[in-house]
Amino acid sequence: MPKPEILDPQGKAVLGALPRLGFSGVSDVRQGKRFELEFDGEVTPDVLAEVERMAETLLSNPVIENYAVTVEQ
Amino acid sequence: MKVGVVTFPGSLDDVDAQRAVRIGGNEAVALWHADADLKGVDAVVLPGGFSYGDYLRCGAISRFAPVMAEVVRAAGNGMPVLGICNGFQILCESHLLPGALIRNDHRKFVCRDQKLRIENNRTPWTAAYEQGAEITIVLKNGEGGFVADADTLARIEGEGQVVARYLEVNPNGSLDDIAGIANERGNVVGLMPHPEHAVEELTGSGTDGLGFFTSLAAATFA
Repeated sequence: MPKPEILDPQGKAVLGALPRLGFSGVSDVRQGKRFELEFDGEVTPDVLAEVERMAETLLSNPVIENYAVTVEQ
Repeated sequence: MKVGVVTFPGSLDDVDAQRAVRIGGNEAVALWHADADLKGVDAVVLPGGFSYGDYLRCGAISRFAPVMAEVVRAAGNGMPVLGICNGFQILCESHLLPGALIRNDHRKFVCRDQKLRIENNRTPWTAAYEQGAEITIVLKNGEGGFVADADTLARIEGEGQVVARYLEVNPNGSLDDIAGIANERGNVVGLMPHPEHAVEELTGSGTDGLGFFTSLAAATFA
């Protein structure tokens, strides 16, 4: 996700479109990205640590974005 | 001097950059993104375009091209490196320059003759300009909004790392009207507008961009 202090022009565009479609009550929209990584076998702490490294080197730009990693079976 | 111009898949302005290098009085050397060496060049230009289709984030994948490992190493040793537009984005993604470039605040692609002020002529890419010179060169980008956190921005401003600033119009929402910055040492410069398109009367909006390509000699012999 873009960090809170970073302008998110795409989120602003979505925020502007919602009332035009009759949706009300939304005070802000932030747009981010979701990556789904698949692994064969168990997601061990080592694998998870590797994913964290992927997230901070390539998948996100830590200068402008935050990330979170979750595991689904 | 031998100036390498890197072509990535999706680079657009590499040939114009090579031409500008030659018009500026230097030898242009074509470098390919998959090259593992810099072919003995004295400086490197990362040109504009849409390397790797701008997938993921602009410049995010180019940063890991084999040639970039050498560019990062050479930059660390003081080699002059100029990133224009997409090249600027690649330099930020590589952490050779602070901050990042995000989508224009108005969300539209912008293409215009843009007035700039040269704020720092102590870099190898801007030495041919007078300090405070006002120039007009073309700007064309969709993701040219320069951002950095408050501490980084204060440091960039305080250390004189702002190389060029937009005048009259802020075309993309860049903080402090920043059009270009340098690293602390000054050898690495990123610029969002395109000096390589303004080096000949025939095709440019003028020749105000030529200084970026004649500066190498000026900086060397200064």
